[in-house]
Amino acid sequence: MKAVISVIGKDAVGILAKVSSMCAEYNANVTEVTQSVLQDVFAMVMLVDITSLSIPLSELSDRMTSLGKTMGLSIYVMHEDIFNTMHHI
Amino acid sequence: MINLSDILETIRMIQDECLDIRTITMGISLLDCIDSDIDKACKKVYDKITRCAKDLVKVGNEIEKEYGIPIINKRISVTPIAMISAACHESPIKFALTMDKAAEAVGVNLIGGYSALVQKGFAAGDRELIESIPEALRLTSRVCSSVNIGSTKAGINLDACKLMGRIVRESAEATKDSACFGAAKLVVFCNSVDDNPFMAGAYHGVGEPDCIINVGVSGPGVVRSALAKNPGANINEIANIIKTTAYKITRVGQLVGVTASERLGVPFGIVDLSLAPTPQVGDSVAHILEEIGLEQCGAPGTTAALAMLNDAVKKGGVMACSSVGGLSGAFIPVSEDAGMIAAAKSGSLCIEKLEAMTAVCSVGLDMIVVPGDTTADTIAAIIADEAAIGMVNSKTTAVRVIPAIGKDVGEELDWGGLFGCGPVMKVNTMSPSKFINRGGQIPAPLHSLKN
Repeated sequence: MKAVISVIGKDAVGILAKVSSMCAEYNANVTEVTQSVLQDVFAMVMLVDITSLSIPLSELSDRMTSLGKTMGLSIYVMHEDIFNTMHHI
Repeated sequence: MINLSDILETIRMIQDECLDIRTITMGISLLDCIDSDIDKACKKVYDKITRCAKDLVKVGNEIEKEYGIPIINKRISVTPIAMISAACHESPIKFALTMDKAAEAVGVNLIGGYSALVQKGFAAGDRELIESIPEALRLTSRVCSSVNIGSTKAGINLDACKLMGRIVRESAEATKDSACFGAAKLVVFCNSVDDNPFMAGAYHGVGEPDCIINVGVSGPGVVRSALAKNPGANINEIANIIKTTAYKITRVGQLVGVTASERLGVPFGIVDLSLAPTPQVGDSVAHILEEIGLEQCGAPGTTAALAMLNDAVKKGGVMACSSVGGLSGAFIPVSEDAGMIAAAKSGSLCIEKLEAMTAVCSVGLDMIVVPGDTTADTIAAIIADEAAIGMVNSKTTAVRVIPAIGKDVGEELDWGGLFGCGPVMKVNTMSPSKFINRGGQIPAPLHSLKN
């Protein structure tokens, strides 16, 4: 079972570190990361394995949202099924 | 890995284009709550609703967080109360109070089913229920009411049209201190459906299982924005873009419905393929029609554009889910759609044009504010006209008009939230009284004889 963590906002030092350390804290295993910085806008998409997540996914989503707020970023945690369902027949 | 552009597209649809699940509605049968003692019956109703729906809001909120898709409403529909109250032989108002209390206890914002089905005549309990509607809507905040007065198979019950003309007026009068809100929670149907998840017209039909989950999706903003990216497309290409977009929107509805049904341990019913607008900017069906190329909604061409839109939404949606049902089509509620409000205010959109539009889309004359001096007979005749469109075209049509007591054209009623605000629209004042007072039954059309 996997979730997609998307981070969008102004580039700053330590975004990847903070997001991935929160993943580690709740036992979400990062399996893939794609990131780019275009004209100062930081966009990162992270695929994480949530099979052994230590808290409910909805709670991780809340915590990531708050983390994003402290850094002035939008962070979305969404179960991978929504993308698979929407974009694949 | 999932394609990066797919991820960003989904996030954009949700964050910028108002994609959401409009409602998860739990249908609950109350047939096993019938009792000749009204207090015992009400206790059974309360217990059953609070037992079946105790986790509905919690599960809805969980799914919302996990998939990152807003689920705007969690709601309940129940068996038409006239069937339950018939055995009690007294005013069914206690059932309305019980529904309201149960809805509050489980945390849903609306509960539908204070309803009667009288398309071919009145059975025991029907008249009592209908007469109690204005008071029931005044005394409750969450209860929604609907009455079915016609069908393709049965024809149109003109006595019921007349009665409902008066009841709609009385519902507005009874709540005139709260912007006539009672009438906004009352729908008069022709060909009403058993599995509609949308309020105010939702009820749980008698052929449905004991408890079921139905889902209504939304997404006018997504469709409009997809069209805006293709300004040079011909109408055939436009239809294809709408189909593709509707497919994606509906897939999310299917996912949410299946997940909710698994977690609640309740069978999954249907996805209602709909484009349900809200008064929020960027969530308007009228703006889609304008994107297609009309100066303003209501201009000549509106009906044709809407017919294409409605058909494309169904074609895209039908492949995206296991079972389709409910009302399934683009909604055109005036007060709940920023573009419709603007068009009604500017004079581009009139009731007669809206009536024509209802022949090609879901559902009917919806959330239209009419002058406070509109007579009961005129409202009855508006209901009869709309029902005739539904009856002849074998489709659901409905009337939800709100007489603005004490107000006239140029003024407006404002409810805020999802109900929005509506300008008072002009109504033809020629009298239909002689026609309405003839009473009786308009016979079913020839094409109802399909066997």
